[in-house]
Amino acid sequence: MTTTAATNIAKPPSWWSMTADRTVVELKEFLRSREQMIFIFFFPMILLALFGAIFNSDDLYGTGVSFGQYFVAGMIASGMLNTGFQSLAISISIDRSEDVLKRIRATPLPPTAYFAGKILQVILVSIVQVALLLAMGVFMFDVALPTDSQHWVTFAWVFLLGLATSTAWGIATSSLLRNGKAASALLTPIVLALQFTSGVFFVFTELPTWLQNVAQIFPLKWLAQGMRAVFLPEEFAAAEAAGSWQLPMVAIMLTVWLVAGLLISVKTFRWLRVEDR
Amino acid sequence: MTDAAIQISGLVKSYGGVRAVNELDLTIPRGEVFALLGPNGAGKSTTVEILEGFRGRDSGDVTVLGIDPVMATRSWREKVGIMLQSTSPRSFLSAREALEHASRLYTHPRGVDEMLEAVGLMEKAEDKPQELSGGQRRRLDVATALIGRPELVFLDEPTTGFDPEARRQFWKLVESIAADGTTVLLTTHYLDEADYLADRIGIIAAGELVALDTPEGLRNRATGARVSWREGATTRTEHTETPTAFLRDLLSHHDGEIDRLEVTHPSLEDVYLDLIGGGEQA
Repeated sequence: MTTTAATNIAKPPSWWSMTADRTVVELKEFLRSREQMIFIFFFPMILLALFGAIFNSDDLYGTGVSFGQYFVAGMIASGMLNTGFQSLAISISIDRSEDVLKRIRATPLPPTAYFAGKILQVILVSIVQVALLLAMGVFMFDVALPTDSQHWVTFAWVFLLGLATSTAWGIATSSLLRNGKAASALLTPIVLALQFTSGVFFVFTELPTWLQNVAQIFPLKWLAQGMRAVFLPEEFAAAEAAGSWQLPMVAIMLTVWLVAGLLISVKTFRWLRVEDR
Repeated sequence: MTDAAIQISGLVKSYGGVRAVNELDLTIPRGEVFALLGPNGAGKSTTVEILEGFRGRDSGDVTVLGIDPVMATRSWREKVGIMLQSTSPRSFLSAREALEHASRLYTHPRGVDEMLEAVGLMEKAEDKPQELSGGQRRRLDVATALIGRPELVFLDEPTTGFDPEARRQFWKLVESIAADGTTVLLTTHYLDEADYLADRIGIIAAGELVALDTPEGLRNRATGARVSWREGATTRTEHTETPTAFLRDLLSHHDGEIDRLEVTHPSLEDVYLDLIGGGEQA
C-alpha cells in the first residue's frame, strides 16, 4: 500500500466525471430496486393499461377524443410526478435515515455533483418512461403524435419544467419527512389525491367547480393540461375548463411551484438525521 | 504543516444544557494510532463527530489536518477517511461496485482488488450488502474508509460483530496502514483491541479526559493485587498493595498446601473501569 510516483502527478477527478459516476450509481440503485421499478417506473403503465382499457369511451364532448387518449396525457404527467417527486422524496429520506447521505458527505464528492447525479437519473428514467407511455398511447389508444415542431417545442418545455418542479419538490419533501420508512405511506395518498383531482383519472371539467378551484392551485393539473396541449387535437382545447390550453398559465404555475420547491430544498436540506444534528 | 494531525483545546459541546464534552484538550501527532475509550454517552461520539466535520461545537479550538473541520473542503475530505458507527446500509451495489465507485472520488485511490483482499472480502466481492453478514459489512465499511488513501482515518467501533479471526485480520490491516504513516483515531469498547493497536489511549468519562497514556502506562497505574484462596468451604479474597508481603504472612500462618491460592494483578480492564468510576464492578 505504498504511493507510487506515477499517482503523485494525478489530477483530482473532475466535477463532470464524478457527476457521471454518481448518475451511474443512481441508475443502478433505481433499476435494481424492485420497489422503484414496480411502484415508480411501471405503475403508470399498469394504470394506463387497466383504466384506459376499462373506461375508454369513444368520444368526449363530440371532440373525437377518447378517454384513453385523455388518460395518456394524464399518465405522462403522473409518471413525471412519480419519478421525480415520489421517488426522490422516498429514496432521499430513506438515505438520510440510513446514514447514506452522511457517508456521501464524508467523501470528497461535491454536493452539487450529488444532486446533479440524482437529477440526471430522474431525467433519464423519465424520458424512457414517457416514451413507453407514449408508445402505449399510440398503439392502444390511437394517440396521434404531433408532426410539427411547434408541438414538440411545447412538449420539451412542459416536460423539462414539469420534471424540474417534480424533482425540486421531491428533494424538498425528503427533508420534511423525518422517517424514511414512513415516507411511502405518507406520500402515496397525496399523489393519489392529486391524480384524482388534477384531470388524470377523471376528466377535469367533470369535477365539481369548487374542487376544480382547489385542484388548480397544484402543479399536476397544469402539467397534465400542458401534456394534453401536445398530444390531443386542437379541437379539444375548447373542451378545457378555460376553453383553451392556457399554455402561458401552465408556464407560470409550474415556474412558481419550481421556485418554491427550490427555495424549500435549499433551506431545509440536511445530510444528517434529525437526532444527529 | 504541523506535526499534529488533531489538535483540540478547550472543546465544549452541550445538548440542552448538559455538557456532553467539557473543556477537552487533546493533541494527536501524525502517524499515531490513538484509541478513544469511554462508556456510552461519555462524549466519545460527539468528539469524534466534531473532528469529522459533522457536528458544530459551542466553544474551543479544533484543528484537524491543519484546518477547522467545520470548514471541511473537498481537498480535506480527500485526506480523511471515515468509518461510521452504523453499518453499510441497504444498497443494490455489490461490494466491488461500491468500492469502485468510491475510489473514483479520489486522486490517489488504493486498488479495489487490493482493498478487497486486505479486508478478506475477495470471495464476497460480487455480493450486495444484504447478502453479507454484519461483520462482512463492517469490513466493507473499513475498505470504503481506506480506499482514498487517507492521511487520517476515523474508525468508530470498527470490529463490533466480528468473530475473533476477523478481528485479528482487521488488526493486521490497521497495523499495516499505520506502518504507512496513516494516523488512526479509533473508538472501541474492546480493551484488548485498544491495548493491541493503540500507541496511546485516551479515556473519556462525563465529557472529560480522565486518562491519557500508553497501554503500558495505564496498566502500570494499578499497583495493588488480589490474593484469593480457599479456607474450608469459603473463598477468601484480599486486596493488597503489597502482595509479596501479604503472601509471606499468609504462608507463615498455613502449614502445607493452601487450596486454590491465586495472585491476580489488575488487567487494563480493571484500570479502565476504575477510571470511569465503575471499579466496583470488576
